[in-house]
Amino acid sequence: MRNPKRSEKIAFFFLFLATLLIVVPVGLIVVIIAVKGLPAINWQFLSDIPRQGMRAGGIFPAIVGTVYLVSGAIIFALPIGLLAAIYLSEYAKENFLNRIIKLSIVNLAGVPSVVYGLFGLALFVVFFKFGASILSGSLTLGIMILPIIITTSREALESVPQSFREVSLSLGASKWQTIRQVVLPNAIPGVITGTILGLGRAAGETAPILFTVAAFYLPQLPKSIFDQAMALPYHLYVISTQVPNVDEKIRYGTALVLLVLVLFMNLVAIVIRYKFRKKKKW
Amino acid sequence: MRKFKEFIIEKLVLISGLASIFFVILIFLFLLKEGLALFKFVNPFEFLSGKSWYPISEPPQLGILPLILGSFVVTIGAAVISIPIGVACALYISEIAPGKIKEALKGGIELLAAIPSVVLGFIGMVTLVPWVKSVFNLPTGLTALSGSIMLAFMAMPTIVSVAEDALYSVPKSYKEGALALGATHWQTIWRVMLPAASSGILAAVMLGIGRVIGETMAVMMITGNSAVIPKVLFSNLFGFAQPVRTMTATIAAEMGEAVVGSEHYFALFAIGIVLFVISFAINVTADLFLHREHKKV
Repeated sequence: MRNPKRSEKIAFFFLFLATLLIVVPVGLIVVIIAVKGLPAINWQFLSDIPRQGMRAGGIFPAIVGTVYLVSGAIIFALPIGLLAAIYLSEYAKENFLNRIIKLSIVNLAGVPSVVYGLFGLALFVVFFKFGASILSGSLTLGIMILPIIITTSREALESVPQSFREVSLSLGASKWQTIRQVVLPNAIPGVITGTILGLGRAAGETAPILFTVAAFYLPQLPKSIFDQAMALPYHLYVISTQVPNVDEKIRYGTALVLLVLVLFMNLVAIVIRYKFRKKKKW
Repeated sequence: MRKFKEFIIEKLVLISGLASIFFVILIFLFLLKEGLALFKFVNPFEFLSGKSWYPISEPPQLGILPLILGSFVVTIGAAVISIPIGVACALYISEIAPGKIKEALKGGIELLAAIPSVVLGFIGMVTLVPWVKSVFNLPTGLTALSGSIMLAFMAMPTIVSVAEDALYSVPKSYKEGALALGATHWQTIWRVMLPAASSGILAAVMLGIGRVIGETMAVMMITGNSAVIPKVLFSNLFGFAQPVRTMTATIAAEMGEAVVGSEHYFALFAIGIVLFVISFAINVTADLFLHREHKKV
């Protein structure tokens, strides 16, 4: 440290460099996929079934499968997640139980995705005998995104000022009426943000659906929740590692559709959060 | 009637609150239920230290040491790359970047966190793998090194965001005090901010490593999937220039073929137990560090 000003410049340069090392590749990844994937995208690609051993045709069944799975996951996870968030923010006291719940949420978020796959296989597919089906896959994904929904919803609920609750209670409303009529409406944007982030996560995960629902190739669409389904992330895995000689264009095209789907949801979530923060009246 | 309705709702809320505990226990129980059955055939010590993984030979050899070492090599590599870069980036974002750029950078990091791992695996296969192959002049680019680089990218969003939170929660007075004493901005960061945020940064690093150990799809697609004990030689960059196979990739790649109720099936669940225990330990420890941070401030 002979010359503090100069060493500061050098240090800041390296910090900047490190930041570039992260941000530039992210940009490159998105650009590469966009540039090489765009030529593959047309109406036929999005609306046709895969043909010639997945070397031609489209990815429609995979898109539909992912939509089913993600909807199922949210139907399961949103009510439980929201109620859990209400419990943590409105009812829980700072005690040992509360600490354990928070620790469980952290752990649930940290369980490796492939372990969720194992769990879904053991519980839903084998034990409950749902078989490899949309039901099993959705429930597995639902449990996986629970921590995201709980955490974001809780933050939204807790950011509603205490005075709102006090006024409502002092006017004679019950605790639940207060939560429903006053706290929840003010927390809705945050809850929606969490839900969309959960959707994005569920849409992109592959490992949890590997043995619970994903079908290698299915020409027809699933008819009930007990059917197997194709899914976008698994389809991308299959055509890039399991099937030889797939046209690169199709691979990039599939990657692009998946990436756009997931990033679009994240973008929507970010925008809602941003607007909400700006609009806050308190 | 209203009282009754309220009572029901409050019970529902409580039950949902407890759901996370319930699910963590349920996951662990079902892993145990399927995984412990293995130890009727193999003793736990042999399972953890056995040097060969030939699950479909007759009789099957179910030693997961090569898989543990595979995960270990890839994780070390990813940690070496992602920790310094991640912490440096967190410092840049929280201390140096001006307002607008700061928000843009945070957005970029969130974007990276959102990219599905199978997409990263795919892009790694078509760009990084050929690059590693030609730069290091290897017979194949599907190596531990490629896996480490890709995983480093997946760990960075976690490291950056948790470390940035930790830096942000250092009281302003610390920084103002140091600056008032005539320290430069960098001296303040290096001697005051970093030590004050150290336990949060440690938690960030641990959570990042947890992410790496549990990562499945990208690893399966680019590490070459060879279940042999990595040789540590100078000529193969200390084990990094050869194909390895991680615990997660083994489960993902083989569960599809394993017959429900076979030794192979049980063994894959037993690997799941190992992964669950590791991630549990990491998350609990990281949480303790984060808590210490909050108490101190």
